[in-house]
Amino acid sequence: MTVPSSQKTARKGRPAFNRAADAIARRSIWVCGWVAIAVLVAIFVFLAWNATQALRDVGLWKMLSGTDWYPTIEPARYGFLPSIVGSLWVTGIALLLAVPIGIAGSIYLSEFATGWVKEVTKSVVEFMVAVPSVVLGLLGLAYLAPLLATTFHVSSGLMALTAGLVVGIMSLPTIISISEDALHSVPKDLRQGSLALGNTRWQTIYKVVVPSASSGIFAAVMLGLGRAIGETMVVLMLAGNSGLIISSPLEAARTLTGTIAQEMGEVVSGGEHYSVLFTMGLVLFVITFLINLAADMVLERQRKRWRR
Amino acid sequence: MLVAGSEKSVRMMYTHKEEMLVKLRKWLMISLAAMLATGALAAGGCSSKSTSTDTNTSGSTKSTLSGTIKISGSDTMVNMAQAWAEKFNTENPGVVLTVAGGGSGVGIAAFLNKTVDFANASRKLKDAEKSQATTAGLNAVTTVVAKDAVTIIVNSANTMKDITKEQLGKIYRGEITNWKDVGGKDATIVLLGRDSSSGTYSFIQDEIIGSGKTYAKSMRNLQSNQAIVDEVSKNADAIGYVGLGYDNSSIKVLTCAGVTASVDTVLNGTYPLSRDLNMISNGQPTGVMKAYIDWILGTEGQKIVAEQGFVPLKK
Repeated sequence: MTVPSSQKTARKGRPAFNRAADAIARRSIWVCGWVAIAVLVAIFVFLAWNATQALRDVGLWKMLSGTDWYPTIEPARYGFLPSIVGSLWVTGIALLLAVPIGIAGSIYLSEFATGWVKEVTKSVVEFMVAVPSVVLGLLGLAYLAPLLATTFHVSSGLMALTAGLVVGIMSLPTIISISEDALHSVPKDLRQGSLALGNTRWQTIYKVVVPSASSGIFAAVMLGLGRAIGETMVVLMLAGNSGLIISSPLEAARTLTGTIAQEMGEVVSGGEHYSVLFTMGLVLFVITFLINLAADMVLERQRKRWRR
Repeated sequence: MLVAGSEKSVRMMYTHKEEMLVKLRKWLMISLAAMLATGALAAGGCSSKSTSTDTNTSGSTKSTLSGTIKISGSDTMVNMAQAWAEKFNTENPGVVLTVAGGGSGVGIAAFLNKTVDFANASRKLKDAEKSQATTAGLNAVTTVVAKDAVTIIVNSANTMKDITKEQLGKIYRGEITNWKDVGGKDATIVLLGRDSSSGTYSFIQDEIIGSGKTYAKSMRNLQSNQAIVDEVSKNADAIGYVGLGYDNSSIKVLTCAGVTASVDTVLNGTYPLSRDLNMISNGQPTGVMKAYIDWILGTEGQKIVAEQGFVPLKK
């Protein structure tokens, strides 16, 4: 940039400079946005590229509907069903635990808690995010697994329920902190208006505050779900990694993430097993993508309804 | 895709992404720990008196060997491999060794991907792997460095004492699911095994399950020998298989077909589930790699084999 030599050009120069800065900022944001999209597409292409061999030689439908996972025998059998069903169970249990407790917790934090209680609780929740999953896995192995085994009279605590509960605990902080943000950002006027019209505090919360924060809460739940379905270490340690297609949470299960993590290290790059694991990654990617897409559509419909 | 709206959630995504690299991280940590350990030993070795016992082939009392050797593979062998590396490094501070576990399959895959010098394997190369090696332009040479017995372990409270290969096969194929059918109490058997990257898993598949047959689906695939020992010590109905070096007092080792697993029964061939522990290299080892493998096969290395609870090649 040249320095303007006189007052006159300076007055003209400032808007010009602003305009230039504006254009640069706009351009950079545009670039950043497209980079994010490009990365996502690149991930998808990379997965698909590595999965082509398996899709060609084994066949997608055969993998998706296969019930046996024996990747190392001759001839190998690559059935995804045990892993898919296990993933669904673990994620389902995690959400059953995390969603009610998470939303209730965030309502408490945002609407009822005051002073040091609020500060302490918030920092504890924040800290929970920082606990590495390996540590939670170890705690689950040492305390929760034996406890659940004796409670439900099963022979081993390594099962879908144990993994689901710990994963649920892991997604709690996500749900709590983001929901709390959403509730916190509901304008004071709405609350006061509702109270002025004679609603009790509780009515205000469930008729006014929660509905107006619902999109944020929904986003929190979705992020929690993403956290749960993508969790690897805890399920590797606690789910039991059997080859069963489970019909109850008290059985040992394997998940998509666990299978990929457990076996990726042993496969020869470019081999069939390697390609099959990439297909599994692709399936996981598509599942999470669809969940997010569905969530977005639900949110959009919600927004339209609120506008009316 | 949903966009996370706050710093908190961004941090969350980060940890989430990190977890996808679980296995990688495991190796990294193990290899880092190994590096640190060897580094610390190397640093300590400088100040301490050199106690080289003239095991290297150069014949000098002061080691002038230098170089790096990367080793990865069998989880059964990982503790022994660590002990070898540490001892060898104290005698030859110029040689940097990194040792990682993960399973024989992991080591062999790393060998085929040309990322390690030695693959530790508690099994032989499969035909498919041999052809992959040829395709990759590698000449896989297997050196037997120790012997091992796969022991069948149960909880200390279990009344069983002995098990036959036939009974084992029925249990691990899922044909027998209750302890009372093999002379135990009336309880469902909890099957524990390793994941498919393990050499022990393949060994049991070949020796016990039989070709063309499969492990029971209800078997829990655990990450390591240690994980199996831990679960068996806690679970009254569990059965598992581990390398001889992992037996301890917290569990009960069954005799197999009436034979106790020991150094003698492995060496005279009477214990039915004995096997070789191998190190695989590209071609015959040369230079610093040759010095290392000769040292392992020598008295020093074989003493460590015995200390780690495995079977030396000679008594």
